[in-house]
Amino acid sequence: MTTVLDPTGELSPQTRQRVARPESLEGLTIGLLDISKPRGDIFLNRIEERLTAHGARVARYKKPTFTKPAPVDLRHEIASQCDAVIEALAD
Amino acid sequence: MAQHDAPATTIPSLPDGLVAIVKKDCPTCVLVAPVLADLADRSALTVITQDDPQFPQDADWVVHDTDLSLSWHHDIETVPTLLTVVNGRPTDRIVGWSRPEWEAFTRTDSLGVDLRPWSPGCGSLSVDPTIADQLAVRFSGSTLTSRRIEIAVLEDDWEAMYDRGWSDGMPVVPPTEARVLRMLEGTTRQPDDIVSIVPPDLVECTVEKVAINAVMAGCMPSYLPVVIAALEAACTDEFNMHGLLATTMPCGPVMIINGPVRERLQMNSGVNVLGQGNRANSTIGRALQLVIRNVGGGKPGGVDRATQGNPSKYGLCFAEDEEGSAWESLAESRGFTDGQSTVTLFPGEGPRIIFDQQSRSPESLTKHIALALRANISPRMAMMFDAVLVLSPEHMARYRDAGWDRNRFLEEVSSHLVLDGDDIVRGSDGIEEGMPEFLAGSPVPKFQRGGLLVVHAGGGAGLFSSTIAGWVTGETGSVPVTKEIIP
Repeated sequence: MTTVLDPTGELSPQTRQRVARPESLEGLTIGLLDISKPRGDIFLNRIEERLTAHGARVARYKKPTFTKPAPVDLRHEIASQCDAVIEALAD
Repeated sequence: MAQHDAPATTIPSLPDGLVAIVKKDCPTCVLVAPVLADLADRSALTVITQDDPQFPQDADWVVHDTDLSLSWHHDIETVPTLLTVVNGRPTDRIVGWSRPEWEAFTRTDSLGVDLRPWSPGCGSLSVDPTIADQLAVRFSGSTLTSRRIEIAVLEDDWEAMYDRGWSDGMPVVPPTEARVLRMLEGTTRQPDDIVSIVPPDLVECTVEKVAINAVMAGCMPSYLPVVIAALEAACTDEFNMHGLLATTMPCGPVMIINGPVRERLQMNSGVNVLGQGNRANSTIGRALQLVIRNVGGGKPGGVDRATQGNPSKYGLCFAEDEEGSAWESLAESRGFTDGQSTVTLFPGEGPRIIFDQQSRSPESLTKHIALALRANISPRMAMMFDAVLVLSPEHMARYRDAGWDRNRFLEEVSSHLVLDGDDIVRGSDGIEEGMPEFLAGSPVPKFQRGGLLVVHAGGGAGLFSSTIAGWVTGETGSVPVTKEIIP
């Protein structure tokens, strides 16, 4: 029998309950996060039109660069201001 | 598979006063057996025997170091060792047999007058290579905090590593406690020191975790400081390892080593420098990638989203041939001295050849190298991507003969790397990809200032050099980072 040392980060992620799916978009605030890829704004503009037509309020956000994770402050801002968020990847 | 905690150990006390540590298997210890009896008789002496419990004789002043705990904890390397012990800890010691030394140390005259006056000692049983590793695990394994994983008897060790997802696809060395403790001998840093926060999972990575992955990669303990420095470089905000990992481009961290460490680790900077065959070159780069995979959680298909990747993502690490170069080294050009050992991390893809067997003048060779560099990433891309030029010794000779230094070369090559915006904007020449239209009519430098790193390496014969292209440079991508390697 060989005993080895665990080479991993030994993370034990918490399991979280998913937020219940909203029955309607009426009156909800939906965040749209632009990750700063080219033409992401074109896609998000169209999504905003569609969401607004469904009665949702839209708040727009943008990451400084698509190559790095969103800053903590930005994530906090979105979490505290929105009911749901859509993140766009585009090229 | 089972997990258990490491046993705790404490340092055992030695008996106070004069103590001798011996083993029967040592001719010098046998030689001085009468002296030990004499000392026990004339003053207080405790003999600690490592092998035979009745050596030098069956007496109440003889103690058997059954599990070698006393010898190991008190760093006994030679037998016989004479110790002065105060409050359970040695304060002074001598080794081997030398009549005048023993007489002075024990303040006793006429010791062993029938014996030859001097005889060297033997290796302590506690440093015997066949058991030293087991002792290290028994007595210092508790300093390691990683989870222990027992691989069942019916499991194959090597298959078990694969099954747990710890491998880059090649076999890995099982990271046993003995191997990891031996690896940790390669650094002065403590196992629980945090080296970096490793992406993508942003895990605090200890020296111990680096050592475990270095064992798996096949590193020798002396390589560990290089892996640690490379990880520090990779996890800086400038190098942006997260982005480099997550990008769909095929790049990974390429390591270039400068300074005295190259010689110490017998790294390759010559024949087949970018290829296989040298242990340090092959395993150091791999160790960094295994840390990112195992500690950071960055795996292909997970956060590693490379569309195609490239073979150097197994780990590409090589040394500069500084001695054979006519120029200051890459590290010197980046502000370090030739006495410092450094690792430079470049976010690169695989190397590709520049073939030039005809240029005899530096002007011709430089124009040709510049032409080849226009294809870096794409002939229609400029400013966004850096490159490493690995200049071979025979190409370097053109510059040495002409008296060109690094700066002269960079100036000249840059002068041939100004592109005509008309040729590279989107839609030109019937090609939709290219630089933005507003650059039409403007001269566009291929590289940003400082975006071409030049390093000298390769075998003595062959009129070929290589380039390694980078992914996006600057704040939106990665900036090459150089770190000093600290032992």
